[in-house]
Formats: sequence, structure tokens, C-alpha cells
Amino acid sequence: MEFAYYPGCSLETAGKPYDQSVREVFRVLGVGLREIEDWNCCGATMYMSINKMVGYSVAARNLALAQDMGLEICAPCNSCYTVLRKTNRHIQWDPASGEQINQALAAAGLSYTKMVEIRHPLDILVNDVKLDKVIEASRYSLNGLKVAPYYGCQLVRPVFHFDDIEEPQTMDRLLEALGAEAVDYPDKVRCCGGMLMTTFEEVALRLNNELLTHAEDAGADVIATACPLCQINLECYQTQINKQFGTNHKMPILYFSQLVGLAMGIEGEKLGMDTMMTPLPPVMLTPKLEKRAV
Amino acid sequence: MRANSFPEMETTRESELRTAFWEQVETIPQGEKIKNCLQCGTCTGSCPISYMMDITPREVVGLFRAGRIEEILKSRTIWICASCYACRVRCPQGILVTDLLYALKRLAMEKQVYPSDFPVYALSKSFIDNVYKYGRNHELGLVAKYLVRVDPLKLLANATFGLSMMKRGRLAVMPKAIKKVHEVRKIIDRAKQIQSV
Repeated sequence: MEFAYYPGCSLETAGKPYDQSVREVFRVLGVGLREIEDWNCCGATMYMSINKMVGYSVAARNLALAQDMGLEICAPCNSCYTVLRKTNRHIQWDPASGEQINQALAAAGLSYTKMVEIRHPLDILVNDVKLDKVIEASRYSLNGLKVAPYYGCQLVRPVFHFDDIEEPQTMDRLLEALGAEAVDYPDKVRCCGGMLMTTFEEVALRLNNELLTHAEDAGADVIATACPLCQINLECYQTQINKQFGTNHKMPILYFSQLVGLAMGIEGEKLGMDTMMTPLPPVMLTPKLEKRAV
Repeated sequence: MRANSFPEMETTRESELRTAFWEQVETIPQGEKIKNCLQCGTCTGSCPISYMMDITPREVVGLFRAGRIEEILKSRTIWICASCYACRVRCPQGILVTDLLYALKRLAMEKQVYPSDFPVYALSKSFIDNVYKYGRNHELGLVAKYLVRVDPLKLLANATFGLSMMKRGRLAVMPKAIKKVHEVRKIIDRAKQIQSV
């Protein structure tokens, strides 16, 4: 099993722990990730929403490169994931614009003719590798750890191809298979505000405060995310949220892949655990991360 | 296509905007479904930030029908939308609300109509500059450039946070261009040409 890996810009910097943990977990499971050489920014929602033709063409360069590798794409960032998929859908919906996109690509000597499938690592772990293999590869149980699975927006919407739009279960099932308890809370697909944290902070702080509060009320020890933007908003702005709303959030926000890696017994440092702002307190980890009875 | 407009009630400006808007709508899959809107408000109810908008998503469609596009373009709504697509997946009429808001955003940029107190489009501009220059997005550069344009004081306020991210190796000081950034530029230039034809 091998994929064309598209990390995306966030995973190079703020989302580095996501990149590290996905690579490590996939390595242990024997799933190949071949990084698309010299990939470029997918354009994100921003490009697509202000200049469609350019936005799709910029995204399509990556699709063309992956097509030449003959592999499906693995895209961990929810925003990249949705932009690349949307580009495919647009080409299918309007073949004429697909031709125009190809004219733009031709300026760089590229063409995109076969639709390349775009996959999220969560989907790959649960539906390709499958849970029994993941359990088999794990050395510790997450028994007793209460996790709030947070899917965010752009993995789930506008078109969710591997789970339910309103009540997804993939991450719940994955973490529960590893011994954790997935708590029930109302915000698992609610928006974190994305870039609003830069442009309209007031709104974003409030959205994240609600997310944190609801996860806490449900008794969560940690929130598990599948997107770098969600992770950064929830993790890095907790001090500011506490100041603004008089709250006392100290919630660790981890990538689901970091939790999977911990269960597999991968060293924390290799999973980027040492670079988290609110680390999973060792007290929470030590008694709970039990060696699996074989 | 234009059955919902009332030409006799429109000003010249309004019909100019309306024509431009329909041109945008034609580039959206099933964009014409906007005509099927029931005004049920599911979009507004599903939107996690509608309470912060000056015009709610439902009102956007309502105002459009009432021939008041300019009012929509001047609103913060089209710039606040975080693209979470909650409205879109719940709309009983299958209207791609998020994409319609994008169409209005593009129209606002084309016609240079912006909300006076809300310079969010500056972020979009910085983003585009970044991609053209480096082929990738440089977070620090993006946010810094944006804040210099709209709120330099906030740049200082964010410095501590930036430093602690940097210490953790989660923030790059300098942007790094991809090797074939010239390819990306050629694609962008050609795409722009194609679009303007």
C-alpha cells in the first residue's frame, strides 16, 4: 500500500506534529508515503473563493504531479483535502473548465487527464489498513483516556465520502479500538472559525471557547483533531480565550495520529509531542497508557 | 435564467451588478438553484456565526431578490463566512450557499465594493501574493503582512505567541520557495489570461 503524500503548507510549520505523527504511524503500519516532489500550495479556500480558474489550476498542478506517480493522494490537512476534491468535482461537472485548467497547466508542460483519488489518513487507517491491523500494531492501551473526537468542517463537508455528514464515527471507532473512550458532545463537526482567528478574532475566540467548554462538560481529557487549522485554533489560543471569557481551559489538543502513535509505543518526540503548547500531562498518561495484555 | 429579476424596478447600477452576478453563478454547479430558495432559514440556523453577521445567509438571498445587491456587497457577511459548509449540506433545496457567497465575494472584488470598516480582503490579497512569490504559503509572512495592512498594534500583541511557536519549531521565520516556482507562476498567469477572455 502506497500513497502520493501531499502534506500542504501548514504541516511544514505550525502543523509539524501532524506531519511527523502521520509519517511515523504509517511507517510502522508499512503504508508507504511518497511525498509529491516540489508540490505547491493548494490555494486553500481563499484562492478558490476569489479567483476560481486560478484557484483550480494551482490545485491541479499537484493533482497532475500525483497522476504521473500513478498513486492515490494522501492529504492530512482538511482544507487541502477539500480543495483538491473540489477541483476534481469541478472538472467532472464542467469538462469545458477542465480543458481550461489543462491549458493553464500546459504553460508548465503538465496535463491532468485521469482523476486522482484524494484520501484522508483517517479514511486510510480505518478503511484500507483496517482496525484489526491497527490494534495488532499497538503496544499500549488508551484505556481510561476520554477523548473528544473533533472532525471539523472541511473533512466532513461539503461532501463526505467515507462517513456521515452530521454524525461521523470513523475517528470514534479508531480511538475506541485502541482502548480510549470517545465522549459524546455536540460539536464534533462544528466550525472552529478557521482563518477568522486572524481576520475576525472575536468570533473565532467565541467559537473555540464553546468547543472547549462542551468537550470539558462531556468529561474529555483531550480533544483529538484531524486538521492543522482546528488544532492551532483550539490549542494556541486557550490563554487568550481564558482571558477573554474568564474560563480556565487547560485542554490538550492532539492530532488523532499522535494518539494512535502513542498506542503503538512510538516515542513522544517522534510524534511531535514535545512541541505541543498544552502537553498531555504525564499524570494523565502514565496510569492510563497501559501496556496491552497480550 | 433571469426570470426572478424585475427590470422595471432596477437602477442601472443594480442591473449591472445583477448581470455580473448571474455570470458568476453560471460557473457554479447548479447555481441557478438560488431561484428555488424557500426562505426557510435553515442556512442561517445552521451557520455557527450568523449572529455576528450584519446580513444573515437567508437575508442575502432575500435582498438579492429584492434587487439590493449593492447592500449585500457592502456587508461583512461574505467576508466573515469561514467556509464550513454547514448551510450547504442542510439546505432542503440543494442550494450551494457557500459557493454563492464566494460568487458575491468575487463580484465585490471585481466591482471594488467593500464594507468600509472591514478590510478582510487584505488577507486574501496577501495570500495570493505569497503563492505567486513562493509557490507555498508562509504563515508568518501572511499574518504579518495582513496585520501591517490593517492593525499594526495587533502585530505586537501577537509577538509573544509567535516566539513560543518558533521555539517549538512550529513557525518558519523565512519563507522558502519551491524549486519550480516559475511553473506555478506560469500556470497562474495563463489561468488569468484564460479567465479574462
